[in-house]
Amino acid sequence: MEKLDQIISKHPFTKGMKADHFQTIAGCGRNVVFNAGDYIFHEGEAADHFYLLRHGRVALEVSVPGRAAIQIQTLEEGDIVGASWLVPPYRWAWDAQALETTRLVEFDAVCMREKCDADHDFGYELMKRFAPALGRRLQAARLQLLNIYETAD
Amino acid sequence: MVYAESRVTSANEQNGEGQSGMSTGILARQDFQVLIDALHGAGYAVIAPTLQDNAIVYDQIARVDDLPIGWGDDQDGGHYRVKPRNDGMLFGYAVGPRTWKRWLFPPRTVLWSAQQTAHGFAVEEEKPTTERYAFLGVRSCELHAIGIQDKVFLEGQHQDKIYADRRQNALVIAVNCSTPGGTCFCVSMNTGPKVEAGYDLCLTEIVSADRHVFLIEAESERGADILKALPLTAANEGHFNAARAVSDQAAQNMGRALDTDGIKELLQSNPEHPRWDDVADRCLACGNCTNVCPTCFCSTTQDITSLDGAQAEHSRVWDTCFSFDFSYTSGAVIRGDNRSRYRQWMTHKFANWIDQFDTSGCVGCGRCVTWCPVAIDVTEEITALRDVERQ
Amino acid sequence: MSGSIPEKNSLIPKICRVVGRRVEAENVVTLCLEPETGGPWQSAPGQFNMLYAFGVGEVPVSVSQCASDNEPIWHTVRAVGPVSAALCRLQVGSTLGMRGPFGNAWPLDVAEKKDVLVVAGGLGLAPMRPVIQHLLTRREFYGRVVVLYGCRSREAIIFDEDLAAWAQNDDLELLVTVDRADQAWGGRVGAITTLIDSQTFDPQSVLAMVCGPSLMMRFVVAALTGASCPESSIFVSMERNMKCAIGQCGRCQYGPHFVCRDGPIFRYDKIGSLFRIADI
Repeated sequence: MEKLDQIISKHPFTKGMKADHFQTIAGCGRNVVFNAGDYIFHEGEAADHFYLLRHGRVALEVSVPGRAAIQIQTLEEGDIVGASWLVPPYRWAWDAQALETTRLVEFDAVCMREKCDADHDFGYELMKRFAPALGRRLQAARLQLLNIYETAD
Repeated sequence: MVYAESRVTSANEQNGEGQSGMSTGILARQDFQVLIDALHGAGYAVIAPTLQDNAIVYDQIARVDDLPIGWGDDQDGGHYRVKPRNDGMLFGYAVGPRTWKRWLFPPRTVLWSAQQTAHGFAVEEEKPTTERYAFLGVRSCELHAIGIQDKVFLEGQHQDKIYADRRQNALVIAVNCSTPGGTCFCVSMNTGPKVEAGYDLCLTEIVSADRHVFLIEAESERGADILKALPLTAANEGHFNAARAVSDQAAQNMGRALDTDGIKELLQSNPEHPRWDDVADRCLACGNCTNVCPTCFCSTTQDITSLDGAQAEHSRVWDTCFSFDFSYTSGAVIRGDNRSRYRQWMTHKFANWIDQFDTSGCVGCGRCVTWCPVAIDVTEEITALRDVERQ
Repeated sequence: MSGSIPEKNSLIPKICRVVGRRVEAENVVTLCLEPETGGPWQSAPGQFNMLYAFGVGEVPVSVSQCASDNEPIWHTVRAVGPVSAALCRLQVGSTLGMRGPFGNAWPLDVAEKKDVLVVAGGLGLAPMRPVIQHLLTRREFYGRVVVLYGCRSREAIIFDEDLAAWAQNDDLELLVTVDRADQAWGGRVGAITTLIDSQTFDPQSVLAMVCGPSLMMRFVVAALTGASCPESSIFVSMERNMKCAIGQCGRCQYGPHFVCRDGPIFRYDKIGSLFRIADI
């Protein structure tokens, strides 16, 4: 548990957090490991967790009938995996597959949502940290949408 | 600023005979053909103003009668008319739609030709023209314009051989303006009306009730050589005063004016000025302005193959920054509307040119104002840019 | 900053022969060229030549390998119009016309002793290839060497062999990403800007060179400045229509600059105000 605390405290999203808020988060976390090819979650399932990627690589995918699945984003060490736990109806929008042996810290999102409802200060601190991450994710997704590499074809 | 030929030290102004050392004299109107003959005799094709299609345009001439004798012009925004004078002047008008760049930087020139061979193809540079031109009737603004194009084509890291050949072989006979036009603003641009430098010979037409003569001055050896063949009489103080009066009066009769103070910063720091939208509503992107401008130098290239595909010619052709594919880059047209194109043209002409060539690109000849079909007036546009900025 | 070689004959092309040809991606071909007469065609990384396809016309193409005594000059061409399509159709043994080199070079001298960040997108890797080769040849003169490369998809990636070699080379750090992929890819999927976000570098000692389509460069520069990279440490390669390549046809003007002569490489702080205007 101590080691887990150290891991979480190094991540930017806990930077500057009050000690009790930090303990709340750490208390909801545990280490998990996935092998290459394992799915961490599937589209449509309940988004009851989110993850901090410690080591390895995860691909967000969408399966397409009759074709190989399309990867829309890969996530690396230090990235947060999962935003759907914040947005009703709390269902995963994508499949997430580990591309290699991947270690993550898994956080109980149900527990986290309850704690946010109970303690609004805590809730606000969490949102303040997730909003920029989501903003950057959105920006990056838009760049992928724009096709910035091709000159007009 | 203006390309200067080698100077001949001024001879004694009292020397009246057409002998060696003579650099100034008076040529009588009835002897003007002798000047043209002397130019032909020295191997020049003479390019001078002519009246064609109701406009005064430069073209090759043989005789003095080919000049627009006794004609003048009336110019304003989007307006040009020739009108008769009552004094028989040879140069009693401002400038027309053609410029001297037509002969120094021809509208179409073959650069090289390529020929298929057994092993691929070979490239052969086009030979330069053997024609030598005498430009008869070059105004001060035009001298400056030629000097500006000298900077573009001769003074960069690469010299344009076509321009260099033609320029070196050209004899420049300047004329001091007597009758500036309704769109002239050379005074604002410090390019006239008095001819200062960059010519081989300079004429000032002096007309009054009792005389019609030309004060002729040589500024180079080539000019002096032509003078030797002319039946000149001595110029006296009266002639010089009359000549000075021609220029002084011309300077008082400018049709337009332009405040050039801080113009570079004005244009370069206002790319989103609302005036650009305003002018874009009027501009047709027809390219008349670039066509008649004596300093515009933009071009394109064209490749033409023979029907059997064995030979190809690569030519340089005049173009305009208003053309559709002028800014075509990697599959997209960067300046896709009249707004961005007009902004480019004006900002280049009055501002960027200074960064590029240490001079304005405009000589105040007024042609773009006269020949714009919707009478866009650069002096008015720049004033408008200032006014809105002040608000 | 100029690496330009004094011009020989700047308006008349010399005949060059295709001695090698490689298809890099769909509609993208690398031509390896040797002049019929004279020694190797000298150039500096970042410069370009005007390539002439018989009877069709000329286009400016960046050098993707500088010639040496043992190696021909390379040009990597994408077929977007009639001239580039004609060039892409040339086979080994064919001839084309070439004149140049024109333009200035990447600031490899200014970059010495610094951490060098090369950011390339799509076909933008081609003008950077001689840069990376130079950095590896003179490795001891530079700090960290980081290469970030983004492409639309794996099919659009060029210089596969070089990328594979660079991935194995401890002398540089290479990160590659694509906008979308299928499961066969196995690498990174995401915007190229995320590669910059994941880098930490010392703003005082970094020099970034960015090359790709203008939209890509705009977002990359924003990400770099957002990561505290000074504007005077960022260099971009601009592109414009060119017919003469010697500052006389007027077409390549970018504000007061002639891209053929004052560029194509520009220090970002010198052109920042122009960069933000899409139709200038």
